[in-house]
Amino acid sequence: MSFPQTLLGLLEPAPRHGYDLKREYDARFGQQRPVKPGQVYGTLSRLLRDGAVSVVGVDRADGPDRTTYALTADGVTHLERWLAEPEDATPYLQSTVYTKVVLALLSGRPADRILDSQRTAHLAVMRELTQRKRGAALSTTLACDFSLFHLEADLRWLEHTAARLTRLAQELS
Amino acid sequence: MTAPLLSATGLHLSFGETAALAGASVTVQPGEIVALLGPSGSGKSTLLHCLAGILRPDAGQVHFCGTRIDDQSDEQRSRLRASSFGFVFQFGSLVPELSAVENVALPLRLSGIKRKAAEERAHAWLERLDVGAVAGKRPGQMSGGQGQRVAVARALVGTPRVVFADEPTGALDSLNGDLVMEELVGAARAQGTSVVVVTHEARVAAYADREVVLRDGQLTADSVLT
Repeated sequence: MSFPQTLLGLLEPAPRHGYDLKREYDARFGQQRPVKPGQVYGTLSRLLRDGAVSVVGVDRADGPDRTTYALTADGVTHLERWLAEPEDATPYLQSTVYTKVVLALLSGRPADRILDSQRTAHLAVMRELTQRKRGAALSTTLACDFSLFHLEADLRWLEHTAARLTRLAQELS
Repeated sequence: MTAPLLSATGLHLSFGETAALAGASVTVQPGEIVALLGPSGSGKSTLLHCLAGILRPDAGQVHFCGTRIDDQSDEQRSRLRASSFGFVFQFGSLVPELSAVENVALPLRLSGIKRKAAEERAHAWLERLDVGAVAGKRPGQMSGGQGQRVAVARALVGTPRVVFADEPTGALDSLNGDLVMEELVGAARAQGTSVVVVTHEARVAAYADREVVLRDGQLTADSVLT
């Protein structure tokens, strides 16, 4: 699940409190399904326990306490490792890759490398499936084709996105 | 790693003000199947034409079997293409006035083989690619898939060192596209022929051992089957 890493990415530009993070997550990635506040605070507690974030202030001006979190050096390392690793080449992953691309562009990292490494991972699996089809029974061939067509659809989205990275960066900035 | 069969180094080629290639380099090993992937206008077809000695780059070098070919005369490169290369294009690979068997026999006839012997070999290739039934038909009387399989037979009949295929499945549905790629790659592997295939379809690229990705005339990725 990529939610903890997404929070790290959203914390990278500046420290924030939980409600700010929820609002930004919903605006950028959660239009269809806003995240519940409890999930944000629960995830922040685990990230705090693991040393990926630290508490840099508690605001008690009015209403309930509002804790401000910041990304730690360990958190940056964790985030960078996640951004650089391609996702397993399974169908329907584009929302995670989309999240990585947006976070990379927001932080000034090269988003095209994310797409390149994902394409390589996808094609490696597609080659295996194509080899498995050679001389196989029709039922096996059709099962491989099912995966091949879905992986190809992912790749078409990757190419479509790669050609529009400059415009996406302008829109996000 | 053996010496590459074919290599391009630092190729630049512009058409007017448009740079089609901007420093592209690639190598092809003997018997290797390489896919050139990239969006429209990325330079992949131009790279294929330079590798095949059809176009001469403005700068950079192309070597085949250790010999530089980009500085050879048009006549030398024509001879090289006839003796060592085969071609499959998206459209128009076949001569419309000739039957399937005459089309497949054509490269052999041009290399001096007598008609009977050439057409016997051509028939064998048509049977092998499961299009023996259209041997007497002209390209206009065949389906797109049959026509491309005849084109594959013609590309391979002379046992070339390299087959260059430019969007060979671009005009076919997925089923016929798969059949053409299976036949092309299967037959090429069986006789040790290398294949360089230009495509924008990932499923076609997945038949290759390795893909080379081009964007704006440059390579962005080059991965090897692990």
